[in-house]
Amino acid sequence: MNPVVSPVPALGPALPEIVIALAALALVLIGALRGDGAKRLIDALALAALAVAALILLDQGPGRLATFNDAFVVDGFARAMKILTLIGSAAAIVLSTRFLVEEKFARFEYTILVLLATIGMMMMASSNELISLYLGVELQSLALYVVAAINRDNAKSSEAGLKYFVLGALSSGMLLYGMSLVYGFTGSVTFPTIAKAVSGAGGTGVMIGLVFIIAGLAFKMSVVPFHMWTPDVYEGAPTPVTAFFATAPKMAAVAMTTRLLIDGFLPVAKDWQPIIAFVAIASMGLGAFAAIGQQNLKRLMAYSSIANMGYALVGLAAGTVQGIEGVIIFMAVYLAMTIGVFAVILAMQANGTRLETIGDLSGAARNHPGLAFVMAVLMFSLIGIPPLAGFFGKFYVFAAAIEAKLFALAVIGMLASAVSAYYYLRIVKVMYFDAPAPAFGRAGPEIRGLMWASAAFVLLFAVVANPIRTMAAAAARSLF
Amino acid sequence: MAETGIGLAHYLVVSGALFTLGCFGIFVNRKNVIVILMSVELILLAVNINLVAFSTHLADLTGQVFALLVLTVAAAEAAIGLAILVTYFRNRGTIAVEDINVMKG
Repeated sequence: MNPVVSPVPALGPALPEIVIALAALALVLIGALRGDGAKRLIDALALAALAVAALILLDQGPGRLATFNDAFVVDGFARAMKILTLIGSAAAIVLSTRFLVEEKFARFEYTILVLLATIGMMMMASSNELISLYLGVELQSLALYVVAAINRDNAKSSEAGLKYFVLGALSSGMLLYGMSLVYGFTGSVTFPTIAKAVSGAGGTGVMIGLVFIIAGLAFKMSVVPFHMWTPDVYEGAPTPVTAFFATAPKMAAVAMTTRLLIDGFLPVAKDWQPIIAFVAIASMGLGAFAAIGQQNLKRLMAYSSIANMGYALVGLAAGTVQGIEGVIIFMAVYLAMTIGVFAVILAMQANGTRLETIGDLSGAARNHPGLAFVMAVLMFSLIGIPPLAGFFGKFYVFAAAIEAKLFALAVIGMLASAVSAYYYLRIVKVMYFDAPAPAFGRAGPEIRGLMWASAAFVLLFAVVANPIRTMAAAAARSLF
Repeated sequence: MAETGIGLAHYLVVSGALFTLGCFGIFVNRKNVIVILMSVELILLAVNINLVAFSTHLADLTGQVFALLVLTVAAAEAAIGLAILVTYFRNRGTIAVEDINVMKG
Protein backbone atom coordinates (compact mmCIF):
# COMPACT_ATOMS: atom_id res chain seq x y z
CA MET A 1 0.00 0.00 0.00
CA ASN A 2 2.69 2.46 0.98
CA PRO A 3 5.19 3.30 -1.75
CA VAL A 4 8.59 4.55 -0.68
CA VAL A 5 8.01 8.17 0.17
CA SER A 6 10.76 10.67 -0.37
CA PRO A 7 11.26 12.86 2.71
CA VAL A 8 10.43 16.08 0.87
CA PRO A 9 7.77 15.95 -1.84
CA ALA A 10 8.43 17.79 -5.08
CA LEU A 11 7.28 21.35 -4.51
CA GLY A 12 7.54 22.46 -8.14
CA PRO A 13 3.96 21.68 -9.18
CA ALA A 14 2.59 23.60 -6.20
CA LEU A 15 4.89 26.58 -6.71
CA PRO A 16 2.07 29.03 -7.67
CA GLU A 17 0.24 28.23 -4.41
CA ILE A 18 3.45 28.49 -2.43
CA VAL A 19 4.24 31.88 -3.94
CA ILE A 20 0.80 33.20 -3.01
CA ALA A 21 1.03 31.71 0.50
CA LEU A 22 4.41 33.33 1.12
CA ALA A 23 3.12 36.59 -0.30
CA ALA A 24 0.12 36.44 2.03
CA LEU A 25 2.39 35.89 5.04
CA ALA A 26 4.70 38.73 4.04
CA LEU A 27 1.74 41.05 3.44
CA VAL A 28 0.28 40.27 6.87
CA LEU A 29 3.60 41.40 8.29
CA ILE A 30 3.63 44.59 6.21
CA GLY A 31 0.04 45.25 7.23
CA ALA A 32 0.79 44.68 10.90
CA LEU A 33 3.77 47.04 10.82
CA ARG A 34 2.34 49.80 8.63
CA GLY A 35 -1.36 49.54 9.46
CA ASP A 36 -4.29 50.14 7.14
CA GLY A 37 -2.41 52.98 5.47
CA ALA A 38 -0.39 50.38 3.61
CA LYS A 39 -3.46 49.04 1.83
CA ARG A 40 -2.42 50.45 -1.55
CA LEU A 41 1.03 48.89 -1.31
CA ILE A 42 -0.44 45.60 -0.14
CA ASP A 43 -2.95 45.57 -3.00
CA ALA A 44 -0.17 46.17 -5.52
CA LEU A 45 2.03 43.45 -4.06
CA ALA A 46 -0.90 41.02 -3.90
CA LEU A 47 -1.66 41.64 -7.56
CA ALA A 48 2.01 41.08 -8.34
CA ALA A 49 1.91 37.77 -6.45
CA LEU A 50 -1.16 36.66 -8.39
CA ALA A 51 0.55 37.62 -11.65
CA VAL A 52 3.69 35.70 -10.70
CA ALA A 53 1.56 32.66 -9.86
CA ALA A 54 -0.17 32.90 -13.24
CA LEU A 55 3.18 33.19 -15.04
CA ILE A 56 4.52 30.12 -13.23
CA LEU A 57 1.38 28.22 -14.24
CA LEU A 58 1.83 29.23 -17.88
CA ASP A 59 5.50 28.32 -17.69
CA GLN A 60 4.75 24.78 -16.50
CA GLY A 61 3.98 23.59 -20.00
CA PRO A 62 1.10 21.37 -21.02
CA GLY A 63 2.11 18.16 -19.22
CA ARG A 64 0.61 16.53 -16.13
CA LEU A 65 2.52 17.03 -12.90
CA ALA A 66 1.71 15.29 -9.66
CA THR A 67 3.14 15.66 -6.18
CA PHE A 68 2.37 15.01 -2.50
CA ASN A 69 1.77 11.32 -3.20
CA ASP A 70 -0.59 12.18 -6.05
CA ALA A 71 -2.82 14.23 -3.76
CA PHE A 72 -2.08 17.29 -5.87
CA VAL A 73 -2.06 17.19 -9.66
CA VAL A 74 -1.54 19.97 -12.16
CA ASP A 75 -2.85 19.13 -15.60
CA GLY A 76 -4.24 21.23 -18.44
CA PHE A 77 -7.65 21.39 -16.78
CA ALA A 78 -6.28 22.49 -13.42
CA ARG A 79 -4.13 25.11 -15.14
CA ALA A 80 -7.04 26.53 -17.12
CA MET A 81 -9.31 26.77 -14.08
CA LYS A 82 -6.52 28.20 -11.92
CA ILE A 83 -5.84 30.95 -14.45
CA LEU A 84 -9.55 31.81 -14.44
CA THR A 85 -9.54 31.80 -10.62
CA LEU A 86 -6.52 34.09 -10.54
CA ILE A 87 -8.21 36.50 -12.94
CA GLY A 88 -11.30 36.55 -10.72
CA SER A 89 -9.27 37.18 -7.57
CA ALA A 90 -7.23 39.91 -9.21
CA ALA A 91 -10.43 41.59 -10.38
CA ALA A 92 -11.82 41.39 -6.84
CA ILE A 93 -8.75 43.19 -5.51
CA VAL A 94 -8.74 45.82 -8.26
CA LEU A 95 -12.45 46.53 -7.82
CA SER A 96 -12.08 46.86 -4.05
CA THR A 97 -9.26 49.41 -3.69
CA ARG A 98 -11.36 52.54 -4.08
CA PHE A 99 -14.59 51.08 -2.70
CA LEU A 100 -13.13 50.09 0.65
CA VAL A 101 -11.57 53.53 1.13
CA GLU A 102 -14.77 55.35 0.18
CA GLU A 103 -16.91 53.17 2.41
CA LYS A 104 -14.44 53.69 5.26
CA PHE A 105 -13.45 50.13 5.98
CA ALA A 106 -10.13 50.07 4.14
CA ARG A 107 -8.72 47.11 6.03
CA PHE A 108 -5.62 45.50 4.60
CA GLU A 109 -6.93 42.12 5.75
CA TYR A 110 -9.36 42.09 2.85
CA THR A 111 -6.60 41.63 0.29
CA ILE A 112 -4.83 39.00 2.37
CA LEU A 113 -8.03 37.02 2.87
CA VAL A 114 -8.63 37.14 -0.88
CA LEU A 115 -5.13 35.71 -1.37
CA LEU A 116 -5.73 32.95 1.17
CA ALA A 117 -9.07 32.08 -0.42
CA THR A 118 -7.28 31.97 -3.77
CA ILE A 119 -4.82 29.38 -2.47
CA GLY A 120 -7.77 27.27 -1.32
CA MET A 121 -9.45 27.61 -4.69
CA MET A 122 -6.29 26.61 -6.54
CA MET A 123 -6.00 23.58 -4.29
CA MET A 124 -9.60 22.70 -5.10
CA ALA A 125 -8.81 22.76 -8.82
CA SER A 126 -5.74 20.56 -8.29
CA SER A 127 -6.80 18.12 -5.61
CA ASN A 128 -6.84 14.53 -6.71
CA GLU A 129 -7.87 13.16 -3.37
CA LEU A 130 -10.64 13.70 -0.84
CA ILE A 131 -8.43 15.03 1.97
CA SER A 132 -6.70 17.69 -0.10
CA LEU A 133 -10.05 18.53 -1.65
CA TYR A 134 -11.58 19.07 1.79
CA LEU A 135 -8.66 21.17 2.98
CA GLY A 136 -8.84 23.29 -0.16
CA VAL A 137 -12.57 23.81 0.28
CA GLU A 138 -12.15 24.80 3.91
CA LEU A 139 -9.25 27.16 3.25
CA GLN A 140 -11.41 28.88 0.67
CA SER A 141 -14.59 28.87 2.73
CA LEU A 142 -13.09 30.06 6.00
CA ALA A 143 -11.49 33.02 4.21
CA LEU A 144 -14.73 33.78 2.35
CA TYR A 145 -16.87 33.78 5.54
CA VAL A 146 -14.68 36.52 6.96
CA VAL A 147 -14.57 38.44 3.67
CA ALA A 148 -18.39 38.47 3.56
CA ALA A 149 -18.47 40.08 7.02
CA ILE A 150 -15.49 42.35 6.36
CA ASN A 151 -17.56 45.52 6.80
CA ARG A 152 -18.05 44.63 10.42
CA ASP A 153 -19.89 47.77 11.46
CA ASN A 154 -22.58 47.19 8.89
CA ALA A 155 -25.56 45.08 9.92
CA LYS A 156 -26.13 43.75 6.42
CA SER A 157 -22.53 42.71 5.91
CA SER A 158 -22.28 40.87 9.21
CA GLU A 159 -25.63 39.22 8.60
CA ALA A 160 -24.38 38.08 5.21
CA GLY A 161 -21.26 36.68 6.87
CA LEU A 162 -23.31 34.86 9.50
CA LYS A 163 -25.71 33.34 6.98
CA TYR A 164 -22.88 32.30 4.71
CA PHE A 165 -21.04 30.78 7.64
CA VAL A 166 -23.95 28.73 8.96
CA LEU A 167 -24.94 27.32 5.58
CA GLY A 168 -21.35 26.93 4.46
CA ALA A 169 -20.46 24.98 7.60
CA LEU A 170 -23.51 22.77 7.09
CA SER A 171 -22.47 22.12 3.50
CA SER A 172 -18.92 21.29 4.57
CA GLY A 173 -20.41 18.83 7.04
CA MET A 174 -22.47 17.15 4.33
CA LEU A 175 -19.50 17.06 1.98
CA LEU A 176 -17.41 15.51 4.71
CA TYR A 177 -20.03 12.94 5.68
CA GLY A 178 -20.22 11.87 2.06
CA MET A 179 -16.44 11.68 1.89
CA SER A 180 -16.31 9.47 4.98
CA LEU A 181 -18.82 7.06 3.42
CA VAL A 182 -16.97 6.99 0.11
CA TYR A 183 -13.71 6.34 1.96
CA GLY A 184 -15.29 3.59 4.00
CA PHE A 185 -16.94 1.77 1.12
CA THR A 186 -14.12 2.11 -1.41
CA GLY A 187 -11.21 1.93 1.04
CA SER A 188 -9.42 4.85 -0.51
CA VAL A 189 -9.44 8.62 -0.71
CA THR A 190 -7.61 9.11 -4.01
CA PHE A 191 -9.77 9.61 -7.10
CA PRO A 192 -8.14 7.02 -9.41
CA THR A 193 -8.39 4.32 -6.74
CA ILE A 194 -12.00 5.27 -6.03
CA ALA A 195 -12.71 5.03 -9.76
CA LYS A 196 -11.20 1.55 -9.80
CA ALA A 197 -13.17 0.52 -6.71
CA VAL A 198 -16.53 1.68 -8.07
CA SER A 199 -15.98 0.40 -11.60
CA GLY A 200 -17.27 -3.08 -10.76
CA ALA A 201 -20.44 -2.21 -8.89
CA GLY A 202 -21.06 1.11 -7.19
CA GLY A 203 -22.78 -0.25 -4.11
CA THR A 204 -25.35 1.59 -2.04
CA GLY A 205 -22.88 2.96 0.49
CA VAL A 206 -20.78 4.67 -2.15
CA MET A 207 -23.88 6.05 -3.84
CA ILE A 208 -25.20 7.55 -0.60
CA GLY A 209 -21.76 9.03 -0.03
CA LEU A 210 -21.69 10.44 -3.54
CA VAL A 211 -25.10 12.04 -3.09
CA PHE A 212 -23.92 13.73 0.11
CA ILE A 213 -20.76 14.92 -1.65
CA ILE A 214 -22.77 16.32 -4.55
CA ALA A 215 -25.04 18.09 -2.06
CA GLY A 216 -22.01 19.69 -0.42
CA LEU A 217 -20.56 20.69 -3.76
CA ALA A 218 -23.92 22.09 -4.87
CA PHE A 219 -23.80 24.44 -1.86
CA LYS A 220 -20.37 25.66 -2.92
CA MET A 221 -21.51 26.17 -6.50
CA SER A 222 -24.80 27.70 -5.26
CA VAL A 223 -27.09 25.58 -7.40
CA VAL A 224 -30.64 24.47 -6.62
CA PRO A 225 -31.65 23.00 -4.18
CA PHE A 226 -28.78 24.45 -2.13
CA HIS A 227 -28.89 28.00 -3.45
CA MET A 228 -30.90 29.77 -0.75
CA TRP A 229 -27.92 31.53 0.79
CA THR A 230 -26.87 33.16 -2.47
CA PRO A 231 -29.28 36.10 -2.85
CA ASP A 232 -28.93 37.20 0.79
CA VAL A 233 -25.16 36.88 0.88
CA TYR A 234 -24.76 38.64 -2.48
CA GLU A 235 -26.99 41.49 -1.38
CA GLY A 236 -25.51 41.89 2.07
CA ALA A 237 -21.82 41.61 1.29
CA PRO A 238 -19.97 44.73 0.09
CA THR A 239 -20.14 44.94 -3.71
CA PRO A 240 -16.48 44.05 -4.49
CA VAL A 241 -16.90 41.03 -2.22
CA THR A 242 -20.03 40.04 -4.13
CA ALA A 243 -18.06 40.39 -7.35
CA PHE A 244 -15.46 38.09 -5.84
CA PHE A 245 -18.06 35.53 -4.71
CA ALA A 246 -19.65 35.49 -8.14
CA THR A 247 -16.39 34.83 -9.98
CA ALA A 248 -13.37 33.06 -8.50
CA PRO A 249 -15.06 30.61 -6.07
CA LYS A 250 -17.42 29.48 -8.82
CA MET A 251 -14.47 28.62 -11.05
CA ALA A 252 -12.91 26.56 -8.27
CA ALA A 253 -16.17 24.88 -7.26
CA VAL A 254 -16.95 23.86 -10.82
CA ALA A 255 -13.35 22.70 -11.29
CA MET A 256 -13.40 20.46 -8.22
CA THR A 257 -16.84 19.06 -9.00
CA THR A 258 -15.70 18.23 -12.51
CA ARG A 259 -12.49 16.56 -11.41
CA LEU A 260 -14.22 14.60 -8.65
CA LEU A 261 -16.98 13.32 -10.90
CA ILE A 262 -14.82 12.63 -13.96
CA ASP A 263 -11.65 11.32 -12.32
CA GLY A 264 -13.27 9.64 -9.34
CA PHE A 265 -16.72 8.55 -10.45
CA LEU A 266 -16.70 8.26 -14.24
CA PRO A 267 -17.40 4.48 -14.06
CA VAL A 268 -20.71 5.24 -12.35
CA ALA A 269 -21.55 8.17 -14.61
CA LYS A 270 -24.96 6.61 -15.28
CA ASP A 271 -25.78 7.11 -11.60
CA TRP A 272 -24.70 10.73 -11.15
CA GLN A 273 -25.73 12.03 -14.55
CA PRO A 274 -29.44 12.22 -13.63
CA ILE A 275 -28.59 14.05 -10.38
CA ILE A 276 -26.45 16.63 -12.16
CA ALA A 277 -29.06 16.96 -14.92
CA PHE A 278 -31.80 17.56 -12.35
CA VAL A 279 -29.70 20.12 -10.49
CA ALA A 280 -28.91 21.86 -13.78
CA ILE A 281 -32.55 22.02 -14.84
CA ALA A 282 -33.73 23.23 -11.44
CA SER A 283 -31.00 25.90 -11.30
CA MET A 284 -31.68 27.20 -14.79
CA GLY A 285 -35.40 27.30 -14.07
CA LEU A 286 -35.17 28.96 -10.68
CA GLY A 287 -32.53 31.41 -11.86
CA ALA A 288 -34.73 32.40 -14.78
CA PHE A 289 -38.00 32.83 -12.88
CA ALA A 290 -36.90 34.09 -9.47
CA ALA A 291 -34.83 36.90 -10.95
CA ILE A 292 -37.84 38.42 -12.68
CA GLY A 293 -39.16 40.26 -9.64
CA GLN A 294 -35.81 41.52 -8.36
CA GLN A 295 -35.08 45.24 -8.11
CA ASN A 296 -31.67 45.03 -6.50
CA LEU A 297 -28.95 44.42 -9.09
CA LYS A 298 -26.79 42.39 -6.72
CA ARG A 299 -29.74 40.13 -5.90
CA LEU A 300 -30.51 39.86 -9.58
CA MET A 301 -26.92 38.85 -10.27
CA ALA A 302 -27.23 36.21 -7.54
CA TYR A 303 -30.12 34.56 -9.39
CA SER A 304 -28.28 35.07 -12.65
CA SER A 305 -25.27 33.24 -11.21
CA ILE A 306 -27.51 30.38 -10.04
CA ALA A 307 -28.88 30.06 -13.58
CA ASN A 308 -25.40 30.28 -15.08
CA MET A 309 -24.06 27.53 -12.82
CA GLY A 310 -27.00 25.48 -14.10
CA TYR A 311 -25.79 26.03 -17.69
CA ALA A 312 -22.27 25.02 -16.70
CA LEU A 313 -23.61 21.81 -15.16
CA VAL A 314 -25.33 20.97 -18.45
CA GLY A 315 -21.86 20.43 -19.90
CA LEU A 316 -20.81 18.40 -16.88
CA ALA A 317 -23.95 16.24 -17.09
CA ALA A 318 -22.87 15.24 -20.58
CA GLY A 319 -19.77 13.75 -18.95
CA THR A 320 -17.80 13.81 -22.22
CA VAL A 321 -14.62 15.57 -23.33
CA GLN A 322 -16.82 17.90 -25.34
CA GLY A 323 -18.96 18.63 -22.31
CA ILE A 324 -15.97 19.54 -20.14
CA GLU A 325 -14.62 21.67 -22.97
CA GLY A 326 -17.96 23.48 -22.99
CA VAL A 327 -17.77 23.93 -19.21
CA ILE A 328 -14.32 25.54 -19.45
CA ILE A 329 -15.37 27.93 -22.23
CA PHE A 330 -18.62 28.74 -20.44
CA MET A 331 -16.85 29.50 -17.17
CA ALA A 332 -14.32 31.74 -18.95
CA VAL A 333 -17.12 33.68 -20.63
CA TYR A 334 -19.15 33.83 -17.40
CA LEU A 335 -16.11 35.18 -15.57
CA ALA A 336 -15.60 37.98 -18.09
CA MET A 337 -19.28 38.96 -18.12
CA THR A 338 -19.66 38.90 -14.35
CA ILE A 339 -16.59 41.05 -13.77
CA GLY A 340 -18.00 43.53 -16.27
CA VAL A 341 -21.45 43.67 -14.68
CA PHE A 342 -20.00 44.21 -11.22
CA ALA A 343 -17.69 46.92 -12.54
CA VAL A 344 -20.82 48.66 -13.84
CA ILE A 345 -22.59 48.21 -10.49
CA LEU A 346 -19.53 49.67 -8.72
CA ALA A 347 -19.57 52.62 -11.12
CA MET A 348 -23.09 53.46 -9.92
CA GLN A 349 -22.68 55.99 -7.15
CA ALA A 350 -23.80 59.54 -6.57
CA ASN A 351 -22.68 61.91 -3.81
CA GLY A 352 -21.06 59.13 -1.84
CA THR A 353 -24.10 56.83 -1.81
CA ARG A 354 -23.89 53.50 -3.54
CA LEU A 355 -26.74 52.79 -5.90
CA GLU A 356 -27.65 49.23 -6.62
CA THR A 357 -31.21 49.02 -7.90
CA ILE A 358 -32.37 48.72 -11.49
CA GLY A 359 -34.28 51.98 -11.09
CA ASP A 360 -31.02 53.83 -10.49
CA LEU A 361 -29.94 52.87 -14.02
CA SER A 362 -33.00 54.65 -15.40
CA GLY A 363 -32.10 56.65 -18.49
CA ALA A 364 -28.41 55.95 -17.99
CA ALA A 365 -27.97 56.00 -21.77
CA ARG A 366 -28.59 59.78 -21.72
CA ASN A 367 -26.16 60.63 -18.88
CA HIS A 368 -23.60 57.87 -19.34
CA PRO A 369 -23.69 56.49 -22.87
CA GLY A 370 -20.49 54.50 -22.33
CA LEU A 371 -21.69 52.78 -19.17
CA ALA A 372 -25.09 52.05 -20.68
CA PHE A 373 -23.46 50.62 -23.80
CA VAL A 374 -21.22 48.31 -21.78
CA MET A 375 -24.14 47.16 -19.62
CA ALA A 376 -26.32 46.57 -22.69
CA VAL A 377 -23.58 44.51 -24.37
CA LEU A 378 -23.16 42.44 -21.21
CA MET A 379 -26.91 41.92 -20.85
CA PHE A 380 -27.22 40.76 -24.48
CA SER A 381 -24.27 38.47 -23.91
CA LEU A 382 -25.86 37.04 -20.75
CA ILE A 383 -28.99 36.28 -22.77
CA GLY A 384 -26.78 34.50 -25.29
CA ILE A 385 -27.28 36.57 -28.42
CA PRO A 386 -24.77 35.82 -31.19
CA PRO A 387 -22.07 36.89 -31.93
CA LEU A 388 -21.40 37.89 -28.31
CA ALA A 389 -19.35 35.73 -25.97
CA GLY A 390 -22.36 34.48 -23.99
CA PHE A 391 -23.72 32.81 -27.11
CA PHE A 392 -20.58 30.71 -27.56
CA GLY A 393 -20.50 29.75 -23.90
CA LYS A 394 -24.04 28.39 -24.05
CA PHE A 395 -23.60 26.97 -27.54
CA TYR A 396 -20.76 24.66 -26.56
CA VAL A 397 -22.44 23.27 -23.43
CA PHE A 398 -25.75 22.71 -25.21
CA ALA A 399 -23.99 21.15 -28.21
CA ALA A 400 -22.24 18.74 -25.86
CA ALA A 401 -25.55 17.89 -24.17
CA ILE A 402 -27.18 17.15 -27.53
CA GLU A 403 -24.18 15.06 -28.58
CA ALA A 404 -24.61 13.07 -25.36
CA LYS A 405 -28.31 12.58 -26.21
CA LEU A 406 -29.50 14.73 -23.31
CA PHE A 407 -32.10 16.45 -25.48
CA ALA A 408 -34.49 17.39 -22.68
CA LEU A 409 -31.67 19.08 -20.79
CA ALA A 410 -30.64 21.16 -23.80
CA VAL A 411 -34.21 22.15 -24.68
CA ILE A 412 -35.08 23.17 -21.11
CA GLY A 413 -31.83 25.12 -20.94
CA MET A 414 -32.71 27.08 -24.03
CA LEU A 415 -36.23 27.76 -22.75
CA ALA A 416 -34.83 28.98 -19.43
CA SER A 417 -32.44 31.16 -21.38
CA ALA A 418 -35.39 32.66 -23.25
CA VAL A 419 -37.22 33.38 -19.98
CA SER A 420 -34.15 35.03 -18.49
CA ALA A 421 -34.01 37.32 -21.52
CA TYR A 422 -36.97 39.11 -19.95
CA TYR A 423 -35.09 40.51 -16.97
CA TYR A 424 -31.87 41.16 -18.83
CA LEU A 425 -33.75 43.07 -21.52
CA ARG A 426 -35.69 44.99 -18.88
CA ILE A 427 -32.39 46.49 -17.71
CA VAL A 428 -31.59 47.54 -21.29
CA LYS A 429 -35.06 49.03 -21.65
CA VAL A 430 -34.76 50.96 -18.38
CA MET A 431 -31.39 52.36 -19.42
CA TYR A 432 -32.40 53.40 -22.92
CA PHE A 433 -36.08 54.31 -22.78
CA ASP A 434 -36.86 55.55 -19.26
CA ALA A 435 -36.63 59.10 -17.96
CA PRO A 436 -33.10 59.82 -16.72
CA ALA A 437 -32.39 59.42 -13.01
CA PRO A 438 -29.78 61.70 -11.39
CA ALA A 439 -26.34 61.23 -12.96
CA PHE A 440 -23.67 59.13 -11.24
CA GLY A 441 -20.35 60.44 -10.01
CA ARG A 442 -17.26 59.68 -12.06
CA ALA A 443 -16.03 56.12 -11.56
CA GLY A 444 -12.37 55.35 -10.94
CA PRO A 445 -10.13 54.52 -13.92
CA GLU A 446 -9.66 50.90 -12.81
CA ILE A 447 -13.42 50.34 -12.74
CA ARG A 448 -13.88 51.89 -16.18
CA GLY A 449 -10.92 49.86 -17.42
CA LEU A 450 -12.42 46.56 -16.27
CA MET A 451 -15.82 47.57 -17.64
CA TRP A 452 -14.45 48.21 -21.11
CA ALA A 453 -12.08 45.24 -21.04
CA SER A 454 -15.00 42.97 -20.28
CA ALA A 455 -17.16 44.55 -22.99
CA ALA A 456 -14.29 44.24 -25.49
CA PHE A 457 -13.83 40.57 -24.60
CA VAL A 458 -17.53 39.91 -24.99
CA LEU A 459 -17.71 41.75 -28.35
CA LEU A 460 -14.56 40.27 -29.84
CA PHE A 461 -14.93 36.74 -28.51
CA ALA A 462 -16.02 35.47 -31.92
CA VAL A 463 -12.59 36.40 -33.30
CA VAL A 464 -10.68 34.41 -30.67
CA ALA A 465 -13.29 31.66 -30.24
CA ASN A 466 -11.26 29.11 -32.19
CA PRO A 467 -7.94 29.36 -30.33
CA ILE A 468 -9.82 29.44 -27.00
CA ARG A 469 -11.72 26.36 -28.08
CA THR A 470 -8.51 24.55 -28.96
CA MET A 471 -7.05 25.40 -25.57
CA ALA A 472 -10.22 24.33 -23.75
CA ALA A 473 -10.31 21.07 -25.70
CA ALA A 474 -6.71 20.28 -24.74
CA ALA A 475 -7.51 21.11 -21.11
CA ALA A 476 -10.62 18.95 -21.15
CA ARG A 477 -8.77 15.99 -22.68
CA SER A 478 -6.22 16.09 -19.84
CA LEU A 479 -8.97 14.97 -17.46
CA PHE A 480 -9.84 11.76 -19.25
CA MET B 1 -14.28 -5.85 17.60
CA ALA B 2 -16.19 -8.96 16.64
CA GLU B 3 -15.88 -10.58 20.11
CA THR B 4 -17.60 -7.73 21.88
CA GLY B 5 -20.44 -7.83 19.39
CA ILE B 6 -19.98 -4.21 18.45
CA GLY B 7 -19.16 -3.99 14.77
CA LEU B 8 -18.82 -1.40 12.08
CA ALA B 9 -22.58 -1.15 11.66
CA HIS B 10 -23.03 0.05 15.24
CA TYR B 11 -20.56 2.85 14.78
CA LEU B 12 -22.19 3.86 11.52
CA VAL B 13 -25.61 3.97 13.15
CA VAL B 14 -24.35 6.15 16.00
CA SER B 15 -22.61 8.49 13.61
CA GLY B 16 -25.65 8.59 11.33
CA ALA B 17 -27.83 9.47 14.32
CA LEU B 18 -25.45 12.22 15.42
CA PHE B 19 -25.29 13.58 11.88
CA THR B 20 -29.08 13.67 11.64
CA LEU B 21 -29.31 15.37 15.04
CA GLY B 22 -26.83 17.97 13.88
CA CYS B 23 -28.76 18.67 10.69
CA PHE B 24 -32.04 18.96 12.60
CA GLY B 25 -30.32 21.19 15.12
CA ILE B 26 -29.54 23.61 12.31
CA PHE B 27 -32.90 23.54 10.55
CA VAL B 28 -35.43 23.10 13.31
CA ASN B 29 -33.78 25.33 15.89
CA ARG B 30 -35.41 28.79 15.93
CA LYS B 31 -33.79 30.12 19.08
CA ASN B 32 -30.12 30.76 19.09
CA VAL B 33 -27.17 30.83 16.73
CA ILE B 34 -24.88 29.28 19.35
CA VAL B 35 -27.00 26.14 19.12
CA ILE B 36 -26.32 26.13 15.38
CA LEU B 37 -22.58 26.29 16.03
CA MET B 38 -22.93 23.35 18.40
CA SER B 39 -24.89 21.43 15.77
CA VAL B 40 -22.13 22.04 13.23
CA GLU B 41 -19.63 20.57 15.67
CA LEU B 42 -21.94 17.60 16.15
CA ILE B 43 -21.95 16.97 12.41
CA LEU B 44 -18.18 17.14 12.18
CA LEU B 45 -17.77 14.77 15.13
CA ALA B 46 -20.23 12.34 13.57
CA VAL B 47 -18.01 12.35 10.51
CA ASN B 48 -14.99 11.66 12.68
CA ILE B 49 -16.66 8.62 14.23
CA ASN B 50 -17.33 7.39 10.71
CA LEU B 51 -13.77 7.97 9.60
CA VAL B 52 -12.16 6.30 12.59
CA ALA B 53 -14.57 3.35 12.49
CA PHE B 54 -13.87 2.80 8.81
CA SER B 55 -10.16 3.25 9.39
CA THR B 56 -10.15 0.48 12.01
CA HIS B 57 -12.38 -1.70 9.91
CA LEU B 58 -10.19 -1.34 6.81
CA ALA B 59 -6.95 -1.47 8.82
CA ASP B 60 -5.91 1.66 6.91
CA LEU B 61 -4.53 4.73 8.66
CA THR B 62 -5.78 7.25 6.09
CA GLY B 63 -9.10 7.64 7.86
CA GLN B 64 -7.45 8.57 11.14
CA VAL B 65 -5.23 11.11 9.43
CA PHE B 66 -8.35 12.53 7.84
CA ALA B 67 -10.06 12.66 11.24
CA LEU B 68 -7.15 14.60 12.74
CA LEU B 69 -7.33 17.14 9.91
CA VAL B 70 -11.08 17.43 10.36
CA LEU B 71 -10.57 18.19 14.06
CA THR B 72 -8.12 20.96 13.19
CA VAL B 73 -10.42 22.50 10.63
CA ALA B 74 -13.37 22.21 13.03
CA ALA B 75 -11.47 24.27 15.59
CA ALA B 76 -10.70 26.96 13.00
CA GLU B 77 -14.29 26.93 11.84
CA ALA B 78 -15.63 27.38 15.37
CA ALA B 79 -13.26 30.28 15.97
CA ILE B 80 -14.32 32.06 12.81
CA GLY B 81 -17.98 31.33 13.44
CA LEU B 82 -17.85 32.83 16.91
CA ALA B 83 -15.94 35.86 15.62
CA ILE B 84 -18.59 36.54 12.97
CA LEU B 85 -21.28 36.00 15.61
CA VAL B 86 -19.66 38.60 17.87
CA THR B 87 -19.60 41.23 15.09
CA TYR B 88 -23.20 40.37 14.32
CA PHE B 89 -24.20 40.75 17.96
CA ARG B 90 -22.46 44.13 18.16
CA ASN B 91 -24.51 45.38 15.22
CA ARG B 92 -27.89 43.95 16.11
CA GLY B 93 -27.78 43.27 19.84
CA THR B 94 -29.34 39.84 19.39
CA ILE B 95 -28.36 36.39 18.21
CA ALA B 96 -31.84 34.91 17.99
CA VAL B 97 -32.28 33.02 14.73
CA GLU B 98 -35.67 34.67 14.12
CA ASP B 99 -34.08 38.10 14.10
CA ILE B 100 -31.59 37.35 11.32
CA ASN B 101 -33.83 38.96 8.77
CA VAL B 102 -32.50 42.32 7.57
CA MET B 103 -32.51 40.68 4.17
CA LYS B 104 -35.49 38.49 3.44
CA GLY B 105 -34.78 35.13 1.94
